Amino acid sequence: MATGVAAWLPFARAAAIGWMPVANCPMPPAPREHSKKQDELIILNVSGRRFQTWRTTLDRYPDTLLGSTEKEFFYNEETKEYFFDRDPDAFRSVLNFYRTGKLHYPRYECISAYDEELAFFGIIPEIIGDCCYEEYKDRKRENAERLMDDQEENKDSRLPNMNFRETMWRAFENPHTSTMALVFYYVTGFFIAVSVITNVVETVPCGSTPNQKDVPCGERYTVAFFCMDTACVMIFTVEYLLRLFAAPSRYRFMRSVMSIIDVVAILPYYIGLVMTNNEDVSGAFVTLRVFRVFRIFKFSRHSQGLRILGYTLKSCASELGFLLFSLTMAIIIFATVMFYAEKGSSSSKFTSIPASFWYTIVTMTTLGYGDMVPKTIAGKIFGSICSLSGVLVIALPVPVIVSNFSRIYHQNQRADKRRAQKKARLARIRIAKKGSSNAYLQSKRNGLLNELLDLTVKEEEQHMNKTSSLLESQHHHLLHCLEKTTVTFIYFIVDDYGLQPMKTPKISFVDEQLYEQNCVEGAQFSRSPSLSSQDGFTGTCCTRRSRKRIPLPNASLSTTHTHTHTQGLQELSAIHIQCGDQPSLSTSRSSLNIKSSERSRINCRGQQITTAVISLPSPTNFPPDGDGHGLPNPLSTPPTINTTSSSNIVKVSAL
Amino acid sequence: MSRLALRKDLSLRCARVMLTFFHEEWEMEGLQTVGILLVLCSSLKLLHFLGLIDFSAGDSIEDDFELSTVCHRPEGLEKLQEQTKFTKKELQVLYRGFKNECPSGVVNEDTFKIIYSQFFPQGDSSTYAHFLFEAFDTNKNGSVSFEDFVIGLSIILRGTINDRLNWAFNLYDLNKDGCITKEEMLDIMKSIYDMMGKYTYPCMQEDAPREHVENFFQKMDRNNDGVVTIDEFIESCQKDENIMQSMQLFDNVI
Repeated sequence: MATGVAAWLPFARAAAIGWMPVANCPMPPAPREHSKKQDELIILNVSGRRFQTWRTTLDRYPDTLLGSTEKEFFYNEETKEYFFDRDPDAFRSVLNFYRTGKLHYPRYECISAYDEELAFFGIIPEIIGDCCYEEYKDRKRENAERLMDDQEENKDSRLPNMNFRETMWRAFENPHTSTMALVFYYVTGFFIAVSVITNVVETVPCGSTPNQKDVPCGERYTVAFFCMDTACVMIFTVEYLLRLFAAPSRYRFMRSVMSIIDVVAILPYYIGLVMTNNEDVSGAFVTLRVFRVFRIFKFSRHSQGLRILGYTLKSCASELGFLLFSLTMAIIIFATVMFYAEKGSSSSKFTSIPASFWYTIVTMTTLGYGDMVPKTIAGKIFGSICSLSGVLVIALPVPVIVSNFSRIYHQNQRADKRRAQKKARLARIRIAKKGSSNAYLQSKRNGLLNELLDLTVKEEEQHMNKTSSLLESQHHHLLHCLEKTTVTFIYFIVDDYGLQPMKTPKISFVDEQLYEQNCVEGAQFSRSPSLSSQDGFTGTCCTRRSRKRIPLPNASLSTTHTHTHTQGLQELSAIHIQCGDQPSLSTSRSSLNIKSSERSRINCRGQQITTAVISLPSPTNFPPDGDGHGLPNPLSTPPTINTTSSSNIVKVSAL
Repeated sequence: MSRLALRKDLSLRCARVMLTFFHEEWEMEGLQTVGILLVLCSSLKLLHFLGLIDFSAGDSIEDDFELSTVCHRPEGLEKLQEQTKFTKKELQVLYRGFKNECPSGVVNEDTFKIIYSQFFPQGDSSTYAHFLFEAFDTNKNGSVSFEDFVIGLSIILRGTINDRLNWAFNLYDLNKDGCITKEEMLDIMKSIYDMMGKYTYPCMQEDAPREHVENFFQKMDRNNDGVVTIDEFIESCQKDENIMQSMQLFDNVI
C-alpha cells in the first residue's frame, strides 16, 4: 500500500484524467468522504512531554497503534489529548517513523526497552532503515546470547529425581556438581598430564651405556614406560566407556569431537598390543605412536581457553582460508620469479621452482634462515619485494581472527563472571524483596490477630493496617478468597526470580506454652521477628534455637534457615484444627514430620482437616511497649475462643 | 619474387636477433632490466601518491564538486491562491505533502516516477509517469516545481470541463504541435496498458492497444485525416455521455 505517499493520492487520482477520454465505458462512482474533516493537529502527551503532529501523518500507517482507532483508548477528555505513559525518548523515534517513513534505532537506547516500545506501538522492528538495521541486529544477537547463557544456567538445576545415568552424565559435564565428579575430573587431568610427560620423556636420551651412544629413556626402561602407558590407557578407556554409557544420545556422543580425540588417543596402544613385531608394519606402528600426542587435546575438557581457541578457529574458517589462499598464490608467484632470476647464477640453490618454495615461505614469513640466498641483482630485488609483500599478506587477515577471538573470549569471561555473581546477586535481591512476598502472610497474621484481639481490645489495632496500601489489601483479599475457595492455606510462596520454592513454610509452628515463656522475655523477643532485619534476627533466632530448641516464630526466611526450621517442625507438639463446624481432629505427630511440600497437599476435602499453621509473632507495627500487653492476651483466649466469624479456624494447642 | 625473398630474409634476420637477445646470457640481463623498470615505476607511483610529484594533467576529481542540492521556494501563498482555485488550507495540505516527499522543493522525473509507481505496484507506470511529467512541466526545464504542480492540479480538479479536456489533450499531444497522431496515441495507450501489468484477466492481447487506438480515432477523428485536433477532440468528448460523466469525478478529489 502506498501509505507512505498517501499525501500524493489526490495527485494520482487527478492524473487519471488521461484515461477518461480513451475509456469506452463509464467510470465507477468515486467513494465519498462522509465527514470532510479538515486536517487537524493531534497532541500526544507522552509522560508529560507533548508531541504534536497532524492527524494525517499518523493515519499513514493504519496498522499501528497511533494510526488506528486504538489510540482512542488513550484519549483524555479533559485535556483533549492522547496520553501515553511511556518513555518519551523512545517515542521520538516512533513518531519520526510516521513523519519520515523510516524507523531509526537510537544507539544509546537499550535494545529490549526499544523492542518493548515498538511492540507497544504496534510497529514491527523489521522496518528499521538500512542505516540502523545492522546495529540493531548486532545488539539483539548479543542480548539473545546473553539471555541464552543465563537460561542454560537455570537448566542445570534439575529436578532431584534423575536416574543414575543422568546423574553420571551431569557429573561428567559439570564437575562442580559433586565431589565425586570433581575427584574424577582431577584424576583424569592428572593422568593426561602423566601420559603426555611420559611420551616426551621417552625420547630423551638418558644415560648411556659405556660402549654405546646415548639411548633414549624409552628403550632403557621399557618395562616402566610400558606400565605407565598401560595405566594411563586403562584410565582413559574406562573414562570413555563410562561417558559412552552415560551419554543421553550415544550416537551423537560418538560423533562429537571430544570422543573422537579420546578414541584416537587410546587406539595406538591397542593396535600396538594386537600387532606383533612384524617388520613390514613396524613403520606404520611408529606412525601410530605419533597419534599418542593427541592425548594432549583431552585437556580441552579441562581448559576453557582451549575450547575457546578451537571455537574461534572454527568460526574464522573463512579468514583462515583466505589467508592460506593468498599466501599460496604469492608463494607460487615469487618462487617462479626467483627461480628464473637465479637461473643464471652458477652455484644457485634454486634448482627448481618447488625448491624455491622453501625460500619464498621463509622470506615471506620474515624468518630468513639464510640457507638459500639469491646472488644475482635481479634475485635480490625480487627477494626484497617478496619479503615486503609477505609482511602485508600475513598481517591483513590476522586482525580479523584476533578480534574474533577477543570477542568470544570476553563473552565467555563475562558469562563466567555473571554466573559467579549470580547467586550472590539473587540472594541480595531476595532479601530486599522479602517484604513484599511476606506481606500477604504478614497481613493475614495481622488480620487474624485482629480478629482475636477484637474480642479484647477493640480499636487499638486499626493502625496495624495503615502500612498496607489499597493495592496490597486488594491483592491479599484476592488470595484470601482463593484460600477460602480451595479450603487450603497458602504457606509457601515462590520467589519472583523463579528460584527453588522455599522448602519450609514461612510460618512455623508455635508451641503455646513455650510461646508464653518467650513472651516473658519481653523486648528482645519483640524485636527479633522483625521482617526487615536479617542479621540481628539471625543471631537471636539461631542462638535461641541452639539454647532452647524452641521454634521461634519467624516470618522472614532465607534459605540458610532451612535446616533449623525442619528441626523446629519436628518439635511441634500438635496442631489443632477446626474446619467448618466439624469436630476438630488433631493430626498425629508423624504427619507433622513429613516434608512440607507433601503437607501442603493434605487438603480439606470438603470440610476435613487442613494442616496449616499460623504463627503469632509480634508484628512490626507494634511498639515495643505495647508488646507486653498485646500478646499474652490472645494466648490465654485461644483455647476458649470460638470465633464464629470465619469458618476455618486454626488453633494451635499442645497435646 | 626478389621482394619476397628479401622479406623472408629480413624476417629471418630479425628472428635471429631476437633469438640472440633471448639467449642464455641475455636472459639474466633481461630479467634485470625488468626488475629495475619495476622498481622505477613503483617508486614514481609512490612519490606521486605522496604528493611530491604531480602527474595529472587537468583537474583532479576533488575539484569536481557540483552543487547537488537545488533549493527552490515557491511563491507566496497569496500569489498561488490567485493563480489557482484552491483555498489556503488546501494549498497548505498540498504543500506539506509535496515538501515531505521532495525536500528540495522540486520534483525531478525520477522521483516523480517513483512516487507514481507506488500507486501501481502491479505494472510498469514509468512511461505514463513520463508523459505526465511532460504535461506538468510547463516551462520544460526538467523539473516540476510546486507552482507547476499546483497549477496543473488546479486545472484538473477545479477547472471547468473544457479546461480539463484541454489539459487532457495537452497530455496526449506529446510533441505539442496541436494535433494527436496515431503514433502518439499508440504510445499513450501502450503506457496505460503497461500500468495494468502482465497478470490480468482476461489476458491482455498483444494488439489491444492498437485496437483501442483505432476505436478512439474512429470516435474522435471527424474529418478522417488521421490526426485529431483540439476542436475535434473537445467536440467529440462533449458528445460522449460517458466522458462527460467521468470528468465530473474530479470535483471531489480534494
